[in-house]
Amino acid sequence: MAFINIRNKEVQVKIVYYGPGRGGKTSNLEYINDKYRQRIKTEMVSLKTHGDRTLFFDFLPFDIGQIKGYEVKIQLYTVPGQVKYNATRKLVLKGVDGIVFVADATKERRESNIQSLNQLHENLKSYNLDLFKIPFVMQYNKMDLKKSDIPVLPVEILQKDLNSRLRAPAFEASALSGGNVAVTLKRIIALTMTSIQKELL
Amino acid sequence: MNYGFVNQDQLEDIDNTLKEDLVDIGVECVMLIDMAGNTIAKCDNGKCTVDTYAFAALAAGNYATVDAMAKLVGETEFSLLFHKGEKASIHFSKVNEELLLITMFNKELSLGFLRLKVVEVIEKIRNICGQTKVSAT
Ligand SMILES: Nc1nc2c(ncn2[C@@H]2O[C@H](COP(=O)(O)OP(=O)(O)OP(=O)(O)O)[C@@H](O)[C@H]2O)c(=O)[nH]1
Ligand SMILES: [Mg+2]
Repeated sequence: MAFINIRNKEVQVKIVYYGPGRGGKTSNLEYINDKYRQRIKTEMVSLKTHGDRTLFFDFLPFDIGQIKGYEVKIQLYTVPGQVKYNATRKLVLKGVDGIVFVADATKERRESNIQSLNQLHENLKSYNLDLFKIPFVMQYNKMDLKKSDIPVLPVEILQKDLNSRLRAPAFEASALSGGNVAVTLKRIIALTMTSIQKELL
Repeated sequence: MNYGFVNQDQLEDIDNTLKEDLVDIGVECVMLIDMAGNTIAKCDNGKCTVDTYAFAALAAGNYATVDAMAKLVGETEFSLLFHKGEKASIHFSKVNEELLLITMFNKELSLGFLRLKVVEVIEKIRNICGQTKVSAT
């Protein structure tokens, strides 16, 4: 839940990038960190292994200026996607306001996407949060691989696997080159702020 | 607002106790954060250049990790968390289920004295947070 400080007129909002290992969550934040230097006043924090896998989380604060007189600080987090790190994923989800699910569109990761989404559903329940109610955006990442030899799932299949019941806004993306990374971010911020705004005076 | 327990007056009281009971005795920087990594209140001696947002995110994660480890070895919690450096040290203490108090101080301040003051401040914050809301905010 967002922390609204009526005294300094500041709102802190937590948005978490969730999804299977190697799906491109960290790459999303790295792109944002590069592209929006002027909105980011501090360094990105990455707790990772030598092999560049996220061990705990990435953290990137992102200023979007004022809404209703409140300075809005968006705090972007990623979870570690590897199956064994679920305890850590749960910790990162604490107090979450909005979620981007980064699915890996490559064919071999089809099952991992579904498992990760199911586990997200369970993890949110442990905080009394409902996947169907929380601000949520779906991202089908690595779409650039369509041009390569690596088999990529068609969007219809991804939608059917992951988004047929949720019906969340979904974007095809390529976190590596930045394709639709900003669009995904803008949409999740908009959805999250709409849900929080009711509470701003 | 979301946190039923901190309104404007309460935040002001918290700021005052952080300043008077900790910063004024020599603590460099003190932060009250929640377990999700939000900064609720912050006070420093004017010389502190720490990136508090990143710090709060890391501190909440660190606390949650140690807390999970405590449970694994059959403890309800490790009440004291303390990191000692060459010049700077960091002290963490749990205020309640939602809040964590973090103090950063240098070697001029003794850990024993700091701990006494921290206990006092935590008691005060609990009292402040326990107060029924006086005004609708
Ligand atoms: N071709 C392609 N590769 C990508 C894309 N996004 C990420 N990758 C690559 O996929 C690998 C994993 O990316 P990360 O961003 O580290 O993935 P992650 O989801 O953070 O992984 P974990 O931290 O283990 O959960 C890296 O080698 C990236 O370069 C993309 O859009 N297209
Ligand atoms: Mg990662």
